[in-house]
Amino acid sequence: MVDIPTRRRPLALLAIVVVAQVLLLAFQVRHTDRPQGRDIPLVRYWAVELIIPIERAGSGILSGMGGIWTGYIDLRHERSENLRLRDENGQLKLRNRELETQTAEEEHLATLLEFRKEHPEAPMLAAQVVGSSTAMLAAQVIGGSADPNSHTIFINRGLNDHVRHNMAVITPDGIVGKIVEVFPNTSQVLLISDRESGVGAMFEGTRTHGIVKGNGGPYPEMDYIVNDEKVHVGDAVITSGEDRIFPKGLPVGVVSEDKPSNPFQVIRLRSAAHLDRLEDVLVLLTEKELKLKESDASAPENKAAASLSRAQPPAPAPPKAGATKR
Amino acid sequence: MSFAFNPGIQSQDNVEVHKYYTGTILGAAILAIVLQAFLHRYGHWAEMIELPLLVTIYFGVSRRNPASGLLLGAAIGLLQDALSHDNPIGLYGIAKTLVGYVASSVGARIDTEHPLSRFALVVLLFHFHQVVLAITERALLDRSAPLFTLHLLIDSLVSGAFAVLLFALLDRLRRTS
Repeated sequence: MVDIPTRRRPLALLAIVVVAQVLLLAFQVRHTDRPQGRDIPLVRYWAVELIIPIERAGSGILSGMGGIWTGYIDLRHERSENLRLRDENGQLKLRNRELETQTAEEEHLATLLEFRKEHPEAPMLAAQVVGSSTAMLAAQVIGGSADPNSHTIFINRGLNDHVRHNMAVITPDGIVGKIVEVFPNTSQVLLISDRESGVGAMFEGTRTHGIVKGNGGPYPEMDYIVNDEKVHVGDAVITSGEDRIFPKGLPVGVVSEDKPSNPFQVIRLRSAAHLDRLEDVLVLLTEKELKLKESDASAPENKAAASLSRAQPPAPAPPKAGATKR
Repeated sequence: MSFAFNPGIQSQDNVEVHKYYTGTILGAAILAIVLQAFLHRYGHWAEMIELPLLVTIYFGVSRRNPASGLLLGAAIGLLQDALSHDNPIGLYGIAKTLVGYVASSVGARIDTEHPLSRFALVVLLFHFHQVVLAITERALLDRSAPLFTLHLLIDSLVSGAFAVLLFALLDRLRRTS
């Protein structure tokens, strides 16, 4: 019960009585709707005039709330759709990346195929490994040496990929080095710029043989070239195959500097392969060390091959171990 | 929800509250309505004096209780409406409810025993009653009722003068304590 203060009670009673009589009047009086000339009970007219705005407001509020709810639902749908599209976009990006990788691998394989056609003398294993079309294994450089004096890199291929010790590592531009350590899924490559590296090489033009040795710097040196031999800057140097690691004819580099010395010239090479920014390399999956053809071995220019083993530091490995050691 | 009303005496202590014998107020009200209807037959001069309004004012002022005053006014007005042939019930009821409330409220604050004050009070409440009637008619009945005219002024003065005599007569109905 609402307790009305005593002083207010007559006023409240007055309001009630007056309102009640007004309603009583409204029930009796008819409102004339002038445009249509129809009379309607005043109380109905009032009720309509009173209720309709409230109904309209309520309807507007409900409609607004419905709109908000619908918007919320739509927003949720949009959000889920957005997430789905984002996921789809991610999958498409991944698929695109895969396709790009496949394209790059195909380019590598095409290069390998071309290489194999040019060098059919290289016995290959890869027919069973990476397909019948190539004897090479594409690998990615995954790291370098922590020792600044050691020019080595790590690739993502190892024993599980049939990579073995002393296999040649090249790029389409030129030779890179050889495998010196093999792990199950990783291999270490000794670059031709390392001090302990030696590669049987020859001038492409004069066919003069020598040995390309690393010096720890960016420019390997071609050794055992007598002073009488005319060498020019820019002369191309290719592999001779005498080290039984690299097939004959692979680019090694070009002469960047030449000066006479005693007893041999000092010839510095700019390597054909970009040793300072290697990303992808190729591993020659040779079944056995390359054997010199008897004809090549008897050739006069291959006398350097005999001296190759002598030029290397004491080699504990058997003669077939190649021109370099670690 | 309900309201609790106490229709008891609410007048101020320094103003005398007059009491009447049982049935006096009801009888006077009915008599006033009957006489009003009876006198209505005898010409225009009878319309100048509205007995139900004067009775409402008198008992409202005398009782000095707003609750009983407005209820008495409502009852007299509704009865007056019921006896009319063209007024919707509630028209006079609303007006006399307000008059009864105002009369009892004024009676509770000022002395209304003097004839001059009674005359002035009746004249003012007569016009107040007319204003409420006019507003109600305009707002609810869509009628063009005058708020104030010279004719109404004369009527109010006549009613005031007559009320002085009538109230003196009604004073005799008071119960002596």
